[in-house]
Amino acid sequence: MINPYEPQEAIILDRIQEASNLFTLRLNFTDPEIQNAYEFEPGQFNMLYLYGVGEVAISIVSDPECSHIIDHTIRIVGRVTRGIANLKKGDRIGLRGPYGRGWPMLESKQKDVVVVTGGLGCAPVVSVINYIEQRREEFGHLNIVQGVKHTADFIWKHRYDNWREMPDTKVLLAADVGEALWPWHVGPVTSLFDQLEFDPNNVSVMMCGPEGMMRVVCDHMLDKSVPASQLFLSMERNMQCAVGHCGHCQYGSKFICKDGPVFSYEKIRDLFETKGF
Amino acid sequence: MYDDESIYNIYRNVKSLFRTFENGVRALFFQTDQLQHLLSALSSKGYNCIGPQVRDDAIIYDELHAIDQLPQGFNDQQAPGSYTLSRNNSTKFFDWANGPQAIKPNLFSPREKIWQSEQAADGAISFNTTEPDPRPIAIIGARACDVAAMKIQDQHFLEQEFIDPYYKTRRESLLVVAVNCSHPADTCFCYSTGDGPFVDDGADIVLTELNQGFLIDTYTDQGKEILKALTLLESTSEHIEQAESIKAKASAQKRSLPAFEIKTRLFNELNNDAWHEIATKCLSCGNCTSVCPTCFCHSETEVPELDGKSSTHYRQWDSCFSQGHSYIHGITIRSETSQRYRQWLTHKFASWHEQYGRSGCVGCGRCITWCPVGIDVTESLKNFEERRRD
Repeated sequence: MINPYEPQEAIILDRIQEASNLFTLRLNFTDPEIQNAYEFEPGQFNMLYLYGVGEVAISIVSDPECSHIIDHTIRIVGRVTRGIANLKKGDRIGLRGPYGRGWPMLESKQKDVVVVTGGLGCAPVVSVINYIEQRREEFGHLNIVQGVKHTADFIWKHRYDNWREMPDTKVLLAADVGEALWPWHVGPVTSLFDQLEFDPNNVSVMMCGPEGMMRVVCDHMLDKSVPASQLFLSMERNMQCAVGHCGHCQYGSKFICKDGPVFSYEKIRDLFETKGF
Repeated sequence: MYDDESIYNIYRNVKSLFRTFENGVRALFFQTDQLQHLLSALSSKGYNCIGPQVRDDAIIYDELHAIDQLPQGFNDQQAPGSYTLSRNNSTKFFDWANGPQAIKPNLFSPREKIWQSEQAADGAISFNTTEPDPRPIAIIGARACDVAAMKIQDQHFLEQEFIDPYYKTRRESLLVVAVNCSHPADTCFCYSTGDGPFVDDGADIVLTELNQGFLIDTYTDQGKEILKALTLLESTSEHIEQAESIKAKASAQKRSLPAFEIKTRLFNELNNDAWHEIATKCLSCGNCTSVCPTCFCHSETEVPELDGKSSTHYRQWDSCFSQGHSYIHGITIRSETSQRYRQWLTHKFASWHEQYGRSGCVGCGRCITWCPVGIDVTESLKNFEERRRD
């Protein structure tokens, strides 16, 4: 019987420092049979195991059609990620996955897409942008909006610069608190929304970041007559088993690990206004 | 609570109590002296018998080899925050209501090793999963509430997208000899949840303790196999009457769930002040979740060996009342006790319906008895009966 809790050994093929507290690990299962059978979708996540320390849920940022490459962009926030940050190319790690329901990429084809992220570099939607970049003609207008609190929180400038060069793509950046030489907007991210290009009847809005920010985006989009079923949020909660057993990630009746992490606003709006779930 | 007339009404409403066998034979009967044979039959079939016994002034479930270990002549008094065991003059073995645990810890272990990793000198990591002890166990004396709770845990661990191999191994080799409840505690409310006091299905063998012996009924082939070792008699109509009277009396319980539509109401009352009022008493200790036979939350922990060559991954029961349960990168989603109590109650009585098609409460009343400050879940629910406008 398959043991859903058991990790498999993976090797670090590459380690890329993205910012002072952010890095990307490129992984491969050491067992070629497992590696060949591995498939995932944008927005799904894996459990990464640091030997002797424990596991952590990290979303996959690489492209699903190149499933021989498994990239995770990891922010140093706790015990496990701090330890993983010290690993080098060639080091071994435990890996199990993929888990969860990802972004609605197939359903979003031929539609406009608005990607809104807040806070520190939002890895879960990078997979969305990468996916569209590889299949640019299959999607309508692409809008990428990133809001940060302080200008110093802004990372991945080169990526945003590259995305800006993509056809029919708008990249909008805002910082709540500005400073000298910040070339973009100062103010709440929603104050940029009038510049977005999308058809409210034919758009997928995909967001990731603090729930307060996502709530504001949802309200704005509902005001613009975008249906709640077309607003997609990547939710985060404590995850330990990733298979719907341990109970930590429950959000009302949903298990974020297996029913999410991506939900349409329609599915979770009843609880979204209430703190403590 | 209940006068003679209402007991009579319950009695009248109780439909046919005992299934008839396919061949039309009624439940069978055995005399008390056969009870040891039942234990011996289970042991000889290779079962490790687990049954009720008195320890530390409570009835707990542990390895059972002889019927003189059973809590014969004991009775319990339970109230919010209180459990007292006393002797009575009865010769009965099962004249008491549940203690703090029964089936759950035997299937879903409070703490268990799930895998181990080893790191070689060249950095390679290998993983080995731990298999649970494959020896089959037989649990004797489980009550209707616990059988109902086991069915709920089966749904959670076995009937979803992912199957828990540890639970599965134990569950598949488990045999349950349930005993119908004769003396529910003041904290019991299984009649109102529809889960007791008598076992409907889910057990292999069901016993009803009468004055001179036991009615015995089987629901599975494994159960029928065990019956072959006993000298069984046909039950008489007097036996059945005795059992029906036990059921009627055991159904007249002091507590019950409030009658309103709890599952829809709770999520409309998320900002009710009552959550804060309950939280002024609640210690957030998690006793309720530890004794709850349906709570399934668990955390995973890692224990590395000092020599660094291996590391063991454990899982252990966790509680939504703990600080760490809702922790995520520096934030505790439920920092307030009121939020934790609300999480527990809304999960158990409302979102559980969406997850598993029924409430997560089987009316065992343990969370009432074992709450150190005596919070009564049936009273907590009544706060939400009508929207309070104060």
